[in-house]
Amino acid sequence: MNSIYPILYRELKSYFASPLAYVIIVVFQVISARFFFLYLQGFLHIQLDPGFQLQRGELNLNNLVIAPYFGTISIVLLLIIPLITMRLIADERKSYTAELLFTSPIELKSIILGKYLAALILLVIMLLLSSVNMFVLMVHGNPDIGAVTSGYVGLFLLGASFLAIGIFASALTENQLVSAVITLGVLIVLWLVGAMSPVDGSILGYISIINHFEPFGKGIIALKDLVYYGTLIYLGLFLAHTALESERWR
Amino acid sequence: MIHVHNLTKNYGSLRAVENISFELEKGDVLGFLGPNGAGKTTTMRIITGYMPPTKGSVRIENIDIFDHPLEAKKQIGYLPENPPLYNDMSVADYLDFVADIKKVPSKEKRSRLLYVMDHCGIIGVSKRIIAHLSKGYKQRVGIAQALINNPSVLVLDEPTNGLDPVQIIEIRELIKSLAGERTIILSTHILPEVTMICSRVIIINKGRIALEESLESLSQNLKSKENLYLKLRQYGESVIDKIESIENISKVNTSAPGEYVIVPSNGVDVRDELAMMAVANNWGLLELRPLTHTLEEVFLKVISSEG
Repeated sequence: MNSIYPILYRELKSYFASPLAYVIIVVFQVISARFFFLYLQGFLHIQLDPGFQLQRGELNLNNLVIAPYFGTISIVLLLIIPLITMRLIADERKSYTAELLFTSPIELKSIILGKYLAALILLVIMLLLSSVNMFVLMVHGNPDIGAVTSGYVGLFLLGASFLAIGIFASALTENQLVSAVITLGVLIVLWLVGAMSPVDGSILGYISIINHFEPFGKGIIALKDLVYYGTLIYLGLFLAHTALESERWR
Repeated sequence: MIHVHNLTKNYGSLRAVENISFELEKGDVLGFLGPNGAGKTTTMRIITGYMPPTKGSVRIENIDIFDHPLEAKKQIGYLPENPPLYNDMSVADYLDFVADIKKVPSKEKRSRLLYVMDHCGIIGVSKRIIAHLSKGYKQRVGIAQALINNPSVLVLDEPTNGLDPVQIIEIRELIKSLAGERTIILSTHILPEVTMICSRVIIINKGRIALEESLESLSQNLKSKENLYLKLRQYGESVIDKIESIENISKVNTSAPGEYVIVPSNGVDVRDELAMMAVANNWGLLELRPLTHTLEEVFLKVISSEG
């Protein structure tokens, strides 16, 4: 398993050797800052409303800024992550380097994990940079640190699951665009499939990604949500492994 | 060194390779010949462990490549048909990466890197980005990549494909210099290349071995079937009869007036007799030379008789 490191290092370098990583990071920062500003502005406006005083308990920073901000960022991740994962394996095929990797004395597991971890590091960089918005809140306001922290844990797990699904899609094709479209399609279906169903007692409701993300934005880290994301990540990586293995046996 | 036993590979209902077996010893350079689509690349991909065969086995240094892939793959260097290069990396970074995934011990890494870059003549471009290199240099980087783990088995899939004549000669020299301490399998459809580099030849057609021979016995074989070409200034009806009267000549054909192709029986050299006869009869001997069978002719014969 010590071959993970060279794969990871090369992948990360390759992200930053092209403009792709920079463009993704910048676009993500701009969008997240813009939405953060919009929610904050909305919050400031509503404070001037006479009705505000009656509902003080409900209309606080957490409910009006932090929770919707995390909800929006989760959708931005849904749109951006297919672009991060699309090249991971598809590009190895296109540049014929798959033959190098698969004839080297390293396990398929190490290849997939190395690539996955590289994408995960890019995700962490994106999330850390966007946390500047939260520091602004901390300096000028009094947000619930617990909710902010759990929100970021949620975003990380959500993004990590998206990446795992994306690497699976990338293992299916040699065309980056096809890989990105498959990822986006699968994610949207997973996102919406049970949006109208309750989380408990309904299979569709349990499968739906959105139902497992909401609690994090409210400061709740529940075991069932952790298990859900853990399963999704494992499933994505396992399917990627299976896809690559079976391709060679065909 | 390499034992290939009864390899068969099906792609769905298509049988790409059928019952291929051969053994190679240390120092052998095997030329793997065949028309496009004959199954050369498939066979090489199976030998290098890129994909498993439908039936059969491959052992490298007595290690089965599918039972112990990680051990066996350490012994192999492989240059696929298209060199597996990361275009966004510099040559040195790329080779460093390959050394890592090929498990070159970190103590030896630096010296191996210098050795392969020196041997393949790419030290001068080591800092350059691979995407900006010419095709010939890319091919060299591809070969350097295959050599980095000091493999005992080197598998090269059409190493001179698409290069210009000067580059082809350089790459051939490079391959020749690599033989000796290693076993090399080389596929090509450029036949003279085989005569220049290889010690053994396998011709493969439609997935099967059509001919397997050492280059020595192959060229012996070719010589023994040598015909003679004779061109005379004076010619007439009687010439053929007179030539046929010489001992050990089985047949005389005439292709144009004054031009004859003489088939000696059992490879006996009849040039002396022919020359003397020509002089004695005052035929005006213009040309007398052996018509060598080239590897090309053998190849075509083998391929077409199979078909």
